[in-house]
Amino acid sequence: MTDAPPPELRLPKRRGVELCLLVGAVLIAVLGYCATGLGKTGTAPPDALKYGAGLGVLALVAHFAVRFRAPYADPLLLPIAVLLNGIGLVLIYRLDLETPKTQAAFTQLTWSTLGVGLFIAVVVLLRDHRVLSRYAYVSCAAALVLMAVPIFFPAINGAKIWIRFGGLSFQPGEFAKILLAIFFAAYLAANRNALAYTGRTFLFKRLQLPTGRVLGPIVAIWLLSVGVLVLERDLGTSLLFFGLFVIMLYVATGRTGWIAVGLLLAAVGAYAVGSVEPHVHSRVADWLHPFASIEAGNGPGQLAQSLFAFAAGGMLGTGLGLGHSILIGFAAKSDFILATAGEELGLTGLTALFLLYALLVARGYRAGLALRDPFGRLLAIGLASIVALQVFVIAGGVMGLIPLTGMAMPFLAQGGSSVVTNWIIVALLIRVSDSARSPRPATADTGQIAAVVERDLAELSHVQDQLERKQP
Amino acid sequence: MIRYIRRAAGCCLVLLVALLLNAARVQVFQADSLDDNPANRRKNIVRYDQQRGNILVDGKSVTGSKDTGEQLRWERTYTQGPLYAPVTGYASQTYGTAFVEAAEDDILSGTDPMLAPLPFWTDLTRKQQPGGNVATTIRAAAQQAAYEGLGGRRGAVAAIEPSTGRILALVSSPSYDPGTLSGTGRTVSDTWARLNSSTSQPMLNRAIRQTYPPGSTFKIVTAAAALDAGTVVDVDAPTDTPDPYILPGTRTPLPNEASGCEHASLAYAIRVSCNTVMANLGVKTGLASMLDTVGRFGFNDKGIRIPSPVAASNFDKNMSDDQLALSSIGQFDTRATPLQMAMVAAAVANGGDLNRPHLVDSTTTKKGGLVSQTAVRSYQQAMNPATAMQLQRMMIDVVENGTGGNAAIPGVVVGGKTGTAQHGVGNSGVPYAWFISFAQKDGAGTPGVAVAVVVEDAAARRGDITGGGLAAPIARSVMEAVLGD
Repeated sequence: MTDAPPPELRLPKRRGVELCLLVGAVLIAVLGYCATGLGKTGTAPPDALKYGAGLGVLALVAHFAVRFRAPYADPLLLPIAVLLNGIGLVLIYRLDLETPKTQAAFTQLTWSTLGVGLFIAVVVLLRDHRVLSRYAYVSCAAALVLMAVPIFFPAINGAKIWIRFGGLSFQPGEFAKILLAIFFAAYLAANRNALAYTGRTFLFKRLQLPTGRVLGPIVAIWLLSVGVLVLERDLGTSLLFFGLFVIMLYVATGRTGWIAVGLLLAAVGAYAVGSVEPHVHSRVADWLHPFASIEAGNGPGQLAQSLFAFAAGGMLGTGLGLGHSILIGFAAKSDFILATAGEELGLTGLTALFLLYALLVARGYRAGLALRDPFGRLLAIGLASIVALQVFVIAGGVMGLIPLTGMAMPFLAQGGSSVVTNWIIVALLIRVSDSARSPRPATADTGQIAAVVERDLAELSHVQDQLERKQP
Repeated sequence: MIRYIRRAAGCCLVLLVALLLNAARVQVFQADSLDDNPANRRKNIVRYDQQRGNILVDGKSVTGSKDTGEQLRWERTYTQGPLYAPVTGYASQTYGTAFVEAAEDDILSGTDPMLAPLPFWTDLTRKQQPGGNVATTIRAAAQQAAYEGLGGRRGAVAAIEPSTGRILALVSSPSYDPGTLSGTGRTVSDTWARLNSSTSQPMLNRAIRQTYPPGSTFKIVTAAAALDAGTVVDVDAPTDTPDPYILPGTRTPLPNEASGCEHASLAYAIRVSCNTVMANLGVKTGLASMLDTVGRFGFNDKGIRIPSPVAASNFDKNMSDDQLALSSIGQFDTRATPLQMAMVAAAVANGGDLNRPHLVDSTTTKKGGLVSQTAVRSYQQAMNPATAMQLQRMMIDVVENGTGGNAAIPGVVVGGKTGTAQHGVGNSGVPYAWFISFAQKDGAGTPGVAVAVVVEDAAARRGDITGGGLAAPIARSVMEAVLGD
C-alpha cells in the first residue's frame, strides 16, 4: 500500500453553479415561449417541450465542454449567453406569429446550434488563448479580406455587408470583429511600451505622440477597416471598430491625451460625414426629429414607431404576445428587436436585459483584470468591449439616444452571423477566464509577435517600472 | 494597466447608466405623450379589438358590431341608421365619434374605469373591459312618428317628457346612415366628403345643433315674461296696443296677419297670434325682465348638454326698443334650437318647473350591472306656477279655438302654439313652419309630452307654409305615439 497523496489545494470551480443557472436560463426561455403562445392565441405552443428540450440539450453539451476543458471558467458567462439566446428566440418566434409568410425562428435556432457548436469547438480545441497572438497578422489580413469581400456583392437594403450563397446570406464583417480584436490585442501587447514612452511631445509637452513606425501600422489598419465600412455603408460597425480601437489603445498605454485627440478627430469626422453623406445625414436628421415625417403627413418613421413601442411597454410591459411592435415593419426582428422586448416586457424587462449584458461585460473585464499576460488582458477587454459597444450603439439607436446605425443586438436579434460571432466571443471569454482563475501557474509568455522597436524594450520596461512605482 | 482597465470599465458603466436613464425617459416620462401621438395606432388597435357596447332604445339595441378581420377589427353597425342618427351619431374608425357615441365613448369602448370591478388591478394587468351599454330615453314609436312625419323634408323634431326632462324623440331630417362612416378607406372618405358637401346637410343635427328664428312660438316666452313681470295682470283685459303698431323710435309700422288685434287682450293675442300686442308687451316688460325670463328658459346658455352639447339659443342682450319689439315676436336676432322650443313647451306643461333635458337614461356594464343613472334635475323655475297655469289655458285655447286646430287629439288635452318665421333679407327666404305643444291624457296628473317641430320646406308654396298647416300634424302624431303606449 502506498501512502495517500497529500490533499490538493482545491480551488472552487463553480461548475455546479453554472449548471443550476443554466437550468434557470432554459426554464425562463421556455416559460417565455409558453407565455407568448398564451398571450397571442390563448394556448401554450404545442412544441414548447420540444423547444425546451432542444435548448436544454444545447446548454448541457456546452456545459460539459466547459466542465471538461475549461473547468475554472467564469460560471456566469455561459448561462447569460444561453438566457439571452433563448429570449432572442422567444422574441423572434413572437414576431413570427405576426408575419406568417416569413418565419425566422427556426433559421435562428439553426444558427444558434451552429454557434454553440463553434463555441464547443473553440473551448475544446483552443487550449491556451496565447496561441492566438501568434496569428496576429494572419487575423488582420483575414479581417480585411472578410470586410472587403461584400463590396463585390450587391447591396441589400442599402448596405453592402452581405454575402449570398444560394439561399444563405451572412455578414463576414461580424467575424472580422473578433479577428481585429485579436490583432489589436497582440500588436498592442507587444508594442505598448514603445507606444507609451517613445516619440515626440507636442502642445507644451503635454501630449506625447509615438513615432510613426510604431503607431503607423495600427492606425493604418484601423483607418482601412473604417474606410471599407464607410464604403459599404455599415456605419454601426465602423463606430464599433473606432470605439474598440480607442478602448484597447487606452488600456494598453494609458494615454488619455490620445484618446481625447482621437475622440475630437472622430467628432469632427462624424460631423463632416453627417453633413455631407446623404445616408448618414438622414439618420442624424431622423434622430434629431423622429416625428418630422408625421408632421409632414407621411406617417411615422421607423424610429418613431420604435419609440411608440417602447412607450407602450411602460413600466411592466404588455406581456409577451400582446404588444404591437410589428408596426415597426421592416427590420422588426433584427435591428429593432429590442423594441419588442421594451413593449412586451416593459422597463422592468428591458432593465433586466441591460443588466445581463452588463454582467457579461463585467465578467469579461474581471477576467482581464485577473490575467497576468498583457495579450490575454487586452483580448478579454477587447471582446467584452465589443459586446458593450454593440449593445450601446444599437440600443441607444433604437431608443433615440444616438443616431440609429444598423447593428445586431448581441444574441437577441435575428441574424446568423451575429449569433455565431457572439458565441465565439463567449467561448474566447470562457477560455480567457479559465486561464485567469485556474491555479496552474501561467508561464510568462508575452511577445508572441515581434515588437516593432525591439531594441528600446529592455530600457523601456525599466522606465515603466519606475513610473508605475511613483504612481500610487 | 489595471488602473486603465478599471477606468475603461467605468466608461462602460457610464454607457449602461445612459441606456437605463434613456429607457426610463422613453418608457415612463414621455410614455403618455408618445401613446397619445395621433400617428401611434396602438390606441386604435386596442380600441377596435373588441366589440363596442350598444346604444339601446326601449331596451332594444339600435347598434351592433361586425368583425372585419382587419387590423382595426370591429366596425360599428346601425340597425336603423338614418332614424337614430341624431341620437347615436356615428362611431367611425376614420372620423372619430359624434353625439351619444362621443359623449358616452368611454363606456361604449370599455375604457371607463367604472366598468372595471377592481380599477387598480385592471390598470396593472392591462385587462380590457368589454364595452358597456347606454340606454337612451328615446321612445321608438315617437321617434318613428316624427321621422315619418317629416318625411324627408328639411326640419327637426324634439319631444320631452315635461315631468322628467327625458328626451322622447330627437329627429333631424334629411338624415344619413352613420354605418357608412364606420370603417376606413376610400368608400368611407368619399361618403364623408359627399355628406359634408351636400346642400341638404344630412349630417347636421338640426334638433340640437341648428338655431332657427322661432317666430310666433316665441310669444309664449314673451307672455310668460309679461305675466311674471306684472305687465299683464288680467289675461282677458284689453292691452293698449294700436294696430298697426309703430316700432318705438321709428316710423316703421308692424302689421298683423290676424285681425281684431287692436287693443286685444293677451289671451286673444296668443289665440290668433297678434304681432302688435306681443311686441308692445315685450317693450313694456322691458329688456331686463325679458332677458331674465329667456335665461330661465335656457336662452343664451352655451353649457346645455344632453350629454352632447346643445347649440346656444340666442336673445340679444343689447337692443333698442324697436329691436326688442321684433325680438319679442321671435324675429330680429332671436334664434332657438328645436330642443329649446320643446323646453319652452315643457316648462309651461310642468307648471313652470323646467327639468334638464337628457338623452341618456342609464349606462350599464355588458352584463347589465348599473354604472350610472341620470337623475331628474331641475334646470330653472322658468316662471311662476300661476303664470304657467294661465299659459297652459291659453295654449289649449290655441288648439281648441285658434291657429293650432290641426294638433287636436280626441280625448286628450292638447295645448300648442304655431309659428311661421320669416327670415332672410326683406323676408325673402322660405319661412320656417313651427309648432310647439304639450299633451295630457284625460285623467293623467300632468302632461306626458311636450313637442317642438320645425319644417323648412323649399318645395311648398309660400302661402302653405304655416305652423298650423305643416308642423302641427307632425306634433300631433308624435304626441299620439307617446300617449298611445
